[in-house]
Amino acid sequence: MVKYTIQRIIYMFFVFMTITLMCFVLIRMLPLPALAPNDPHTAILELRREALGYNKPYLVQFWIFIKNIVTKWDWGVSEKLYIGRDVWQVFLEKLPATMIVNLYSIIWTIPVGIALGILAALKKNTWVDYTISTLTMVVISVPSFVYAFLVQYIFCFKLRWFPFLMKGGTDYFSLEMFRSIVPPVLSLSFGVIAGFCRTTRAELTEVLTSEFMLLARTKGLTKAQATVRHALRNCFVVVVPGIFGEFIGIIGGSLIIERIFSIPGVGGLTLNAINGLDYNVFMLSTCFYTAIGLVASLVVDISYGFIDPRIRMGSKK
Amino acid sequence: MDYEHIPAEQFRFVQENELLRDRELQTKSRSFFADAMIRFRKNKSSVIATWILLFLLLYAFIAPVLSPYSIWEQDKIFVNYAPYVPEIAKKGWGILDGASVYTSQNDASMNYWKGIAQETGMDPVIGVVGTHETTVKVRGKDVVRYTYDLEVNSYNALGILYRTLSYAEYEAIQNWQNETGIQVIYPYVEQKDIQGISDRPNIWYQVDGKGNAVTDADGNLIPMYSSNTEIAGPEYHSIRIPSDPGTYIYAYSKSGAVQCRVLYYNYYIYLNGHEPSFVMGTNAMGQDIFCGIGVGARFSLLFALLVSAINLTIGAFYGAAQGYYGGWVDMLLDRIADVLSGVPFVVVTTLFQLHLAKKVGVVPSFLFAFVLTGWIGMAALTRRQFYRFKGQEFILAARTLGASDGRLMFKHIFPNGIGSIITSCALVIPGVIGSETSMTYLGIVDLSSFAGTTIGTLLSQGNAVVTTSPHAILYPSIFLGLLMICFNLFGNGLRDAFNPTTRGVDD
Repeated sequence: MVKYTIQRIIYMFFVFMTITLMCFVLIRMLPLPALAPNDPHTAILELRREALGYNKPYLVQFWIFIKNIVTKWDWGVSEKLYIGRDVWQVFLEKLPATMIVNLYSIIWTIPVGIALGILAALKKNTWVDYTISTLTMVVISVPSFVYAFLVQYIFCFKLRWFPFLMKGGTDYFSLEMFRSIVPPVLSLSFGVIAGFCRTTRAELTEVLTSEFMLLARTKGLTKAQATVRHALRNCFVVVVPGIFGEFIGIIGGSLIIERIFSIPGVGGLTLNAINGLDYNVFMLSTCFYTAIGLVASLVVDISYGFIDPRIRMGSKK
Repeated sequence: MDYEHIPAEQFRFVQENELLRDRELQTKSRSFFADAMIRFRKNKSSVIATWILLFLLLYAFIAPVLSPYSIWEQDKIFVNYAPYVPEIAKKGWGILDGASVYTSQNDASMNYWKGIAQETGMDPVIGVVGTHETTVKVRGKDVVRYTYDLEVNSYNALGILYRTLSYAEYEAIQNWQNETGIQVIYPYVEQKDIQGISDRPNIWYQVDGKGNAVTDADGNLIPMYSSNTEIAGPEYHSIRIPSDPGTYIYAYSKSGAVQCRVLYYNYYIYLNGHEPSFVMGTNAMGQDIFCGIGVGARFSLLFALLVSAINLTIGAFYGAAQGYYGGWVDMLLDRIADVLSGVPFVVVTTLFQLHLAKKVGVVPSFLFAFVLTGWIGMAALTRRQFYRFKGQEFILAARTLGASDGRLMFKHIFPNGIGSIITSCALVIPGVIGSETSMTYLGIVDLSSFAGTTIGTLLSQGNAVVTTSPHAILYPSIFLGLLMICFNLFGNGLRDAFNPTTRGVDD
């Protein structure tokens, strides 16, 4: 298992470097944004570009880029949006807002989603199951901006329970901030609840019909005992990696929700970087999203092995 | 009965001299496809979804034709206006009447609406939704002030606008007025007579310094129309308002042109030949949303179809090579797919837009972005199918008979897996539509100059005015939501019908 994990991590690292190299070259190939002529920063930025080897071959540039990151954790400076500021610092400032919204969202949605899924599976083929399954289907299909619109219109505008946009500032745990976070959290939640509900229901119905459940009942366990001790555990083999994946995903956030509720987060930063052609910021976001995607899938894969001894691959591979 | 001692004469031959043959099968043979269709039809939700889907597709292709407007027609004035159809609005059913709610309207603004109603004959106020009573202290005394929430027909509320017209156009409008009897040009009001207000052309009555109406003893508005012929433009020889003694001037002369007070609603009829009628209202660009949804959906569907066709082809070949050859080929191709699938879609789209949009156009570069990573799922699916079938006896038999690799792949193995490959395509289409909508919504890709508009663009424009014109986001949302739900239900139904074994695995 350990060997397998290490193998996967090394492999992931190579994939990450390849993607970074590809994106790096593609970004450096773009025409450089002109710097403001009379700005005091311009001279410094030009010197910086010189030092980063902007007129050398791309591979040399990439080497300098990687070297700076490894030795000094220097991701470059912003040239457009936050002139002269360290990109990593800007990024760090944006991260908490994204994380807090997603954290609030999954903290309550995962239990609710799993609970609904269990309920639907236990009451299979009754109206409870049909209602939950249909709603899940509908909710999964509809894109998140539709929910955002509904939440904004009903709760923020008609009922005036919450403010329209997320509050600025860094007091992430104040009551006022919480109030302003509720709408984006709600909009994010529908999809997560439906996702977990669907997986749990599908897994649990399959487990409930398997033979060992019959055996468990035959040897005298009550239905509740059999369900909790045997069925749920087996169903969680699939559900728990999903939870891990979701937890890694929280730092990624959602571009759309962040834009609608103007959350000062990573998604907004990325969008601004794209629209403002701030390449260093964009490069960092690219690496960030790539890393999150890769790590999430790695964690999901590996956690399968840790949770379920039947899927352990260490010895075989 | 005694079975052991049955007398021999009770036995007789079933047949003695006839030939004994197998009966020909009386039932009709049923193909795999027909069988799947029967299973599909049993799934009621999928059937309903299919009908709704067909209706939506029909809408997407017919709406742009049905609508009297083209997507390229962008009205500068009717921006974010509520749904309005004049024939239905007149019936007073409370639908399609162009109503928006104006909150906290005080008595002064009530007079403003009254002014418009009185002059143009089109009453903007549909009804009073709410009345608020506030008590304010004026010089030490409590005075009760009322404010109202009004439902206002925004098309009528627009009323009169200033328009600068050339002499020829001025003349043409007058002739048109004489012909049709619809009044476009209203008597001119000099700004000096209405306290110098220059931005509210609807004021034709005496006002105080704040622009509020000054009424006479009976509470009527006092007209301030100008009779000053010195500033008047060319002669006016058309419809006059009833209260006109014949001396009012209808145009203000400006060098080489005239400025008029024009009733925009009727001016619109003059310009377009029909009354404004927007079943779903207009958006921030002054486009008809009814038409816009159709145009956007049409683009999305065709685009998604194209993307899935390309991805299906690439994925099929790629997956076939992977699955058939296996070993190091599989491994190498899998690594390439791993790298490509690791790149976030936003990044791919952005880079393609930045690099290629100027060279090959926005739509092709968007298409490339989808194709770059979109085939991976399809390839994985094909690969799985190939692994399932390539070791089976009929493949071995074909190989023994000398079939080439290509023949084995596409004549023997591929047809066996085609059911699940095609059905997954039905689930790929809504995925593509979803991503396309997100990207246009975020403004990373701007397709308006190519397609006119897209659902994502409509949603994003609507989102900016969600409080004042909720219709602008409501209708695209409903359409998109329905489309996605129906596509998914349809795809799931198709998958269950073609692969009964996977039924209910994740519905």
